[in-house]
Amino acid sequence: MAILKIKNLQKHFGGVMAIDGLSVSFEKARVTSVIGPNGSGKTTLVNVLSAMLNADSGIITISNGPDLRKCAPFTAHFYGITRTFQEVRLFEQMSVLDNVLIVLTERNVLSAIFEKHGAYHLQQAKTALETTGLWSKRIELATNLSYGQRKLLEVARVLALTASGKSNIILFDEPFAGLFPQMVKTVADIIKELRMAGKTIVLIEHNMDLIRELSDHLIVMDAGKLLAQGEPEEVLSRKDVIEAYLGE
Amino acid sequence: MEYAYQLAILFCIYSMLGISLNLVVGYTGLLSSTHAAFYGIGAYATAITLTAYGVNFFAGVALGIVISAGIALAIGIVLNRFSGDYYAIVSLGFNVIAYSVMLNWHELTRGPLGIPGISRPSVYRLDFSSNFMFLVLSVLFLVAVWLISRFIAMSSFGRVLKGIREDEAATQAFGYNTLYFKLAIFVVSASMAAVAGSVFASYVTFIDPSTFTVMESVFILAIIIFGGLSSLKGSVIGALILVLLPEALRFAGFPASIAAQMRQVIYGATLIILMLFRPQGIFGEFKL
Ligand SMILES: Nc1ncnc2c1ncn2[C@@H]1O[C@H](COP(=O)(O)OP(=O)(O)OP(=O)(O)O)[C@@H](O)[C@H]1O
Ligand SMILES: [Mg+2]
Repeated sequence: MAILKIKNLQKHFGGVMAIDGLSVSFEKARVTSVIGPNGSGKTTLVNVLSAMLNADSGIITISNGPDLRKCAPFTAHFYGITRTFQEVRLFEQMSVLDNVLIVLTERNVLSAIFEKHGAYHLQQAKTALETTGLWSKRIELATNLSYGQRKLLEVARVLALTASGKSNIILFDEPFAGLFPQMVKTVADIIKELRMAGKTIVLIEHNMDLIRELSDHLIVMDAGKLLAQGEPEEVLSRKDVIEAYLGE
Repeated sequence: MEYAYQLAILFCIYSMLGISLNLVVGYTGLLSSTHAAFYGIGAYATAITLTAYGVNFFAGVALGIVISAGIALAIGIVLNRFSGDYYAIVSLGFNVIAYSVMLNWHELTRGPLGIPGISRPSVYRLDFSSNFMFLVLSVLFLVAVWLISRFIAMSSFGRVLKGIREDEAATQAFGYNTLYFKLAIFVVSASMAAVAGSVFASYVTFIDPSTFTVMESVFILAIIIFGGLSSLKGSVIGALILVLLPEALRFAGFPASIAAQMRQVIYGATLIILMLFRPQGIFGEFKL
């Protein structure tokens, strides 16, 4: 079942067509991976799907939601969409624990002042930080973490949100880039478990082994356009895909 | 002793101003330089209601809070369109406007003549007109401001404020309508500044616009930068040091006239030295 669909999406920056008439859909409880050369519009796709940027034209439909293309940035959360950032974006001068708690707490001003679920949220944050091996770092400022730990903290935030039931569509923008093998395994396992739990996953990744291991469906982008899509092995053996992407 | 009470009252007033401004600047990362405007609005609201209508001091405080909050809401909506340096400059503009309104709206504020004869409060048998009793009252207000600010800072709301400071777009991506959070803290902060203004008006019994200039906003900023951004304790220490500093100069043997001149120089110099060697302030966990 397609839970998220985009149709004829266009987004340009000055003269650059970052997304150029893209139409694809994402299935529930599946990992849909997106590959494409540098600058082909993958991050822009994530930015647009998470409503951090509004596309110029086209439609983004989410099962019984409004057209996300026209929504304000903070609304995507309320349709269950969450994301990680290719260039890690943490709340640098806040503790590791606060970086997770902030995604769990009340969204409404008054409820946030008189928060009633402190202990419950702490438990959820603890679980997410333990899964990513960061619980022992909880009082460190995020800015003091190593690169790999920073990437893991982004994953921990997503994990806490999904465990709390507030998120069911997760956009991972190159979550494995620059990670040590052990950490790669941690993140890969988390993605598998999220899929098992019925979450919809959009994964942007350059490593073909990981793509083969994790993906149910593969989308290849080139210059903002859809180049190919389908079953991963099949797509990866297509000649035009190899030329555009793997060949370079 | 009277002199010590007077200094202590001033310390309470500047602590309230520092704590409340820190919620906006230190916690939320919005470099507001218009705090003295809200301080002045609170002072004038209380002064006018007390002298012209003879109402109770606490009604004057409440009115100051309501007016400041309303104006802060309007200013906050405009300020939301700016960030960083522009935010600082536009907010400074609001202070200039507030000052000229105080100076030129003669019917209401008597302009440069100021408003004399503001009474000190008394409730039933409790008379706060002595310096000592007024100090007790000031401390009570300070404790209230401290407790409310601490509650806010430690709440989930406070965490979101820090999130806005660190990365507003990411905070939005996690579902927070940051505009509401910024407006809420701006209004709360302005209300607390208004309380400080009411206390000040009643304490000195005479106010004129010259107290509420941009320089005063900068002085309050100096207090919180000195004590440390996003540290409430720091704001109190900052207020203590900057209120006592000129007195220390007097005791060091400077004649009063020179001490007054030296004040500004010393504030400036200490700030520069602090920024060079400890940019996060004495207790701060965060630097601009
Ligand atoms: N905010 C922006 N302002 C201007 N141009 C942008 C912006 N974001 C993306 N672009 C441009 O849009 C195009 C697509 O960028 P995007 O980041 O989406 O590519 P990508 O597929 O994620 O690349 P990479 O594999 O390097 O991460 C590029 O040409 C990029 O320079
Ligand atoms: Mg990218």
